[in-house]
Amino acid sequence: MGSHEHSHDHSGPEPLAARVQRMTGLNPACCYQCGKCSAGCPMAAETTLRPHDVMRLVARNRLDKLADADGLWLCLTCETCTSRCPNGCDPARTMDALREIFAAGKDGKPPKAISAFHKSFLNQVRNHGRLFEMGLIMSYKLGGGPMFADVTTTPSVLARGKLGLAPHNVKGMDEVRRIFAACAEEEAQP
Amino acid sequence: MKIGYFPGCSLHGLSREYEESLKAIVAGLDTELVEVDDWSCCGASSAHGSSHLLGVALPARNLAIAEEQGLPEVLAPCAACYARLASARHEISEDPQLAGRVNNVLVRDFKNTVRVRSILEVLKGQIAGIKARATNPLKDLKVACYYGCLLVRPVQVTGGYDDPEDPSSMEDICKAAGAVPVKWNRRLDCCGGGLSMSRTGSVVRLSAAILKDAKAAGADAVVVACPMCHSNLDFRQKAMKHRGAWEGDMPVLFLTQVVGMSMGIDPKTLGMGRHFVSTDSVLARTAGTGSGSGTGTNSAAAVAGEVG
Repeated sequence: MGSHEHSHDHSGPEPLAARVQRMTGLNPACCYQCGKCSAGCPMAAETTLRPHDVMRLVARNRLDKLADADGLWLCLTCETCTSRCPNGCDPARTMDALREIFAAGKDGKPPKAISAFHKSFLNQVRNHGRLFEMGLIMSYKLGGGPMFADVTTTPSVLARGKLGLAPHNVKGMDEVRRIFAACAEEEAQP
Repeated sequence: MKIGYFPGCSLHGLSREYEESLKAIVAGLDTELVEVDDWSCCGASSAHGSSHLLGVALPARNLAIAEEQGLPEVLAPCAACYARLASARHEISEDPQLAGRVNNVLVRDFKNTVRVRSILEVLKGQIAGIKARATNPLKDLKVACYYGCLLVRPVQVTGGYDDPEDPSSMEDICKAAGAVPVKWNRRLDCCGGGLSMSRTGSVVRLSAAILKDAKAAGADAVVVACPMCHSNLDFRQKAMKHRGAWEGDMPVLFLTQVVGMSMGIDPKTLGMGRHFVSTDSVLARTAGTGSGSGTGTNSAAAVAGEVG
């Protein structure tokens, strides 16, 4: 597994299946649509595109259909699909690759609240090296999360001594920032 | 024995009772935790979906530091941290090119020698010690052992220390503490994980189904080994009730608290008062059931009352 080639020949737009295979090291066409992944998927009931649908659309290069799918963003990475796939297709890793592709492009944006959560989370890590939960909650709400959700429960969290009021910055902040920057730079290369 | 220790962000925040109870029990198990110096976030559920390299490099920084400290293995009690660290180790070992990219990003000479251990794996190896120190065995306590997702799957990442479809390590650990594991169906189902804030409705649906199954099986408490599972099953019971998905109060315990109670450790030390659903019913059932110190456990109601 893993990405075997980091760049490709720019003779034309790279087909989706090839791009995903380059990222995951796995051929999406290996999926023979048995549906075992979707049978065990906890989010299958809430999404229009289940894991085996996603695998088929990737194999058929249907980036357009996948852009409209909420399933990619609802995926919890519970690894049930990957664990049970009889042909080693790793749908969970494929979901990650697709999220990465769509996050970098114009189409297929995640639902606002989910996107706001991930952005806020990573910003906390980028700025402090660790997750500062209080900062995450504030930044998530300001960044597009539901403003009044959990307003009544937050005091009870504080009362239990569960929320720190000040962030802890790791000593190796320079290294953490460099990791974020270097990953962004490398992923931005075609 | 000495083992490297990666606490992760949750054990210093929302789930500090997990760290409190872990530290309280390892002393009795002759185990010393050596914290990874200046550890940083593993990236959890957000990094791997935004950049594959970032999702590997963030945990790899911690493994590299542990390696420099001379630690052959690291315990990551949080199931999500465990999954990210173990997955990074697995992917780097399978893909030399990725290993090179990670070393370039880290600017460290990382050789990927550090094994990553889950709490189940570590406590499973200490079953004899847990049994021997169970002065207050939890004889009447019926527990639903909840594994969730990331402790036992996928097997390529865990190395197969337990069966991904029919695990038994958590039940074995609870039995060693004297508790009675119930048979139930949803111990490997997902609780909704990282969607707790951004899609609470999904978490309510998934977590309420888990609690209902545990209740139907006759459990007095659900046992977990993951801060996210704990938060969704304990903290979110209020939202479940509010939305009409769940009735009742199901205490949700960290596995380390179960072991700690069996050792007769004071409930306050185990952080039993930090839960949202009161643990009084559990403490009342277990107080003085064994030959050990009943007095320690009796102060529990007061502890829980302080913050509840």
